[in-house]
Amino acid sequence: MYNFTFHRPTTVRQAAGLLARNPDAKLLAGGHSLIPVMKQRLASPAALVDLGLVEGIVGVELKGRSVSIGAMTRHADVANSPVLKEVMPALASVPGSIGDPQVRNRGTIGGSIANNDPNADYPAACLGLGATIITNKRRIAADDFFTGMFSTALEEGEIIVRVSFPVAKKAGYEKFKHPASGFALVGVFVSKRGPDIRVAVTGAGANGVFRVPSFEEALKKRFSPKSIEGLTIPASGMNADIHASAEYRAHLVGVLARRALVKATA
Amino acid sequence: MSATGIGAAVRRKEDFRFITGQGQYTDDVVRPGETRAVFVRSPHAHANIKSIDVSAAKAMPGVIDVLTGAQLATDKIGNLICGWMIHSKDGTPMKMAPHPALAASKVNCVGDAVAVVIAETVGQGKDAAEKVKVEYEVLSAVVDPAKAQAKGAPQIHPDIANNTIYQWHLGDAKATEAAFANAKHVTKLDIVNNRLVPNAMEPRAALAEYDAGTDNLTLWNTSQNPHVARLVIAAFVGMAPEHKLRVIAPDVGGGFGSKIFIYPEEVVCLWAARKLRRPVKWTSDRSEAFLTDAHGRDHITHAELALDGNGKILALRAKTIANLGAYMSTFSSSVPTYLYATLLSGQYDIPQIYCEVDAVYTNTAPVDAYRGAGRPEATFVVERLVEVAARQLNLEPAELRRRNFVKSFPHQTPVIMAYDAGDYNASMKKAMEMADVKGFAKRKREAARHGKLRGLGFSAYIEACGIAPSQAVGSLGAGVGLWESAEVRVNPTGSVEVLTGCHAHGQGHETTFAQLVSERLGIPFDSVSIVHGDTDKVQFGMGTYGSRSGAVGMSAIVKALDKIEAKAKKVAAFMLEAAEGDIEFKDGKFTVAGTDKSAAFGEVALNAYIAHKFTGAELEPGLKETSFYDPTNFTFPAGCHICEIEIDIETGKSEIVNWTAVDDFGTVINPMIVEGQVHGGIAQGVGQALMEGAVYSAEGQLVSGSFMDYTMPRAHDLPSFHVGLTETKAPSNPLGIKGCGEAGAIASPAAVINAITDAIGTEELAMPATANAVWAALQRATPRQAA
Repeated sequence: MYNFTFHRPTTVRQAAGLLARNPDAKLLAGGHSLIPVMKQRLASPAALVDLGLVEGIVGVELKGRSVSIGAMTRHADVANSPVLKEVMPALASVPGSIGDPQVRNRGTIGGSIANNDPNADYPAACLGLGATIITNKRRIAADDFFTGMFSTALEEGEIIVRVSFPVAKKAGYEKFKHPASGFALVGVFVSKRGPDIRVAVTGAGANGVFRVPSFEEALKKRFSPKSIEGLTIPASGMNADIHASAEYRAHLVGVLARRALVKATA
Repeated sequence: MSATGIGAAVRRKEDFRFITGQGQYTDDVVRPGETRAVFVRSPHAHANIKSIDVSAAKAMPGVIDVLTGAQLATDKIGNLICGWMIHSKDGTPMKMAPHPALAASKVNCVGDAVAVVIAETVGQGKDAAEKVKVEYEVLSAVVDPAKAQAKGAPQIHPDIANNTIYQWHLGDAKATEAAFANAKHVTKLDIVNNRLVPNAMEPRAALAEYDAGTDNLTLWNTSQNPHVARLVIAAFVGMAPEHKLRVIAPDVGGGFGSKIFIYPEEVVCLWAARKLRRPVKWTSDRSEAFLTDAHGRDHITHAELALDGNGKILALRAKTIANLGAYMSTFSSSVPTYLYATLLSGQYDIPQIYCEVDAVYTNTAPVDAYRGAGRPEATFVVERLVEVAARQLNLEPAELRRRNFVKSFPHQTPVIMAYDAGDYNASMKKAMEMADVKGFAKRKREAARHGKLRGLGFSAYIEACGIAPSQAVGSLGAGVGLWESAEVRVNPTGSVEVLTGCHAHGQGHETTFAQLVSERLGIPFDSVSIVHGDTDKVQFGMGTYGSRSGAVGMSAIVKALDKIEAKAKKVAAFMLEAAEGDIEFKDGKFTVAGTDKSAAFGEVALNAYIAHKFTGAELEPGLKETSFYDPTNFTFPAGCHICEIEIDIETGKSEIVNWTAVDDFGTVINPMIVEGQVHGGIAQGVGQALMEGAVYSAEGQLVSGSFMDYTMPRAHDLPSFHVGLTETKAPSNPLGIKGCGEAGAIASPAAVINAITDAIGTEELAMPATANAVWAALQRATPRQAA
């Protein structure tokens, strides 16, 4: 690891100020992706701005018909949130499937979303529920937020503060774990909220998380696994690596979507 | 059986210090003035070194020096060697390419060290290592052993044509061919035995210190065999005379073979410590471990089995290409030859066997022994062939095995080994009962109702352990004898230290060896200490690998204990004023036959040292005896593992739902430790079968270079194992021990693949059988099942 200066602001405003003054700075929000690459000397930010002491950006709250999750809420705290387990257990199951206990007790929702790892679980939940990402500057719809592998709509100096998830009556997440890393080799989040039907896929796409319009269309008639029986998506545009072929990932999208629908309609 | 004697499930003595973080590993040893070594490693798999400029690195803060291969050569530090000579079938010796500890003119794999920075701290060393400028002329690489011998393939070592190290064979080619010509049925298989990264929990480390006053060098390292390390570093590398070099392997956190070998980093640390007059420490990080620890397996094999009309095996033949990587590691040559082809008879009476092995260089990390070493590869060939033959002949796999088991002993196989004892049907029968094979068909139907395919796979393995009779291995090319030594020191107060040439790095010797001594001398288990891993303390020894510490190492202790008893009886005779021939020893007590006179072991020990009662000169004071024990044969642990597996048709994901292992290890000293060895071995074998695979890109980059991409088996990947034992004693050692350390890893890959192929109905499935691989096989086999 190279040397860096370490800042611990206590407010979002201070954090934003530090980012403005240190163009090479990175936000530290759990660090379970950032620290390993720093240790391997593959990343060398001149400064880290740790959000760990920032007030008011932790916790899970039910606000009307949405669940609002503070950006620095750890995966374990979201997974175990009584209110979330009550109103939308499908969303609680997403962080519950991340990594191992160490990761779940350090990693945060804001860190995960800002990093937008193509195999991460949270992007599927955000896109699959039509979440709103709230930053210190604006509100960004999930459909506009995830712009490609490790890339988001966040601008310089912009900090995620909260993520707001509309409560969907029917929702389900099904994940096929990457055998080595435990990330999603493929993960599919499905939801139905009134007429809004969403099928979001992580892990499979060469460009990160994506929605599956053909499945969503088919589910409009009836929100049931039967409605997408036999439907597939093309292998083109899927990731291929030593762990899985593009064909296999495309196949898993169909399988996991049906299984997520089974959960969502149980 | 006493509570702590032979056969008792005594809790491991050493675990308290390990579990409470009080183990002393090489990295825990700190010497005054210690410096840290950071290696500059090649990012290219194959390249000429045009120049190395260390000037900028030398000027960095905290840097003591930056050393290169050219200086190593100037200082006449010799190359690393492979210590087992193999001759090709044409009689020519194997072609061992030079392996300098630091590459001077050419690199042959990613991770090849080209320079070393010696700095005050690791951080400073890493900063400086980035400033070493190496100019490479990148060459084409070859990583696939099947392509290494091809015309036009990149030539890795000058003067070694076609990257071919040797073309070896074993068995009678003509007689085997004749047997095949008469066969009613021939089963053919193409097999890839996937390349594995050992991944011991503790990475390799070395700490070297030079004492200018005495001219002595000390090396602390993560070695499974410190004496052999000292011998090679003294006699072949020429670092220092053997008596001026001390090697200490303290607590070592797992080896699995990868810590048998002598590595460049140890040599460089010793050289630098003497050159710079400062202790030099290097501790591998996990990324370096992936790149530089010797890997395991990596065979490509075509194998055939000939049978008559009654399911009787007539002959077996195999042609194997073994990838030995960029350089020949310490024992690499023996693994795909005498540790492999000699086991191709399996548990079966096979009249003719012929095996050809080509060993090749590639631009990959060296490959050497890894848990089982050659025997897992052999078992996989034999047990896959037998299983597939049974399926093709519509015979129960168990029935085909039963018809061909070796049933009388001794049994001379056509491939050197002479099996001395065993009851293969007993293990299989017990395993089949424990696994409820009879109920399998019902369970399979039940699984099908839930969209699952269920399969059952056998693996009736055999291995040669108790490595090894020195004369036998000498005749096969080994550079060393493979006996073992023990010294038993009885203290005046009656406590005992046992100095053993074996080395414990997870096996539990401090417990099992103490059990033997406790039982034999009738003294408390806690009065026995085991001393190992230090060439200054322990008489010469050969280390621990090849499941040898019980069969060979404990036999040496038995022989020393025999001498202790004999000497103690003489002492007791003086004490009890009786004739030596009337002294009896039982349960820690010396008695005089026909009288009530007695002396406890501790009293006799004290008398041996005070020597007040010795009359005359015929008895020396003291009670300390040494033995060097050479076994008369290998031992042949064998057994039957049965894997029951369930496969999700839609995803191809396998779940092992039941595992039964029935092993014949001969005498068992501690059943709990033996069971642990079986569990660990199965986990490693399941890892090979389902998850693990070292993957190099065509350019020679290790794609699976971290735990993010290299899948290690985890607890949740495995079921609760059902483990049983049968017992036939090994006739070749006094305790009847056969050895248990490798059995699980040897048996399990074939059991897993036999189970999956049984479930999916096709034999076309390579390891690791990931969900993707099984799904793809299902698509090829039964397209209508594609979900």
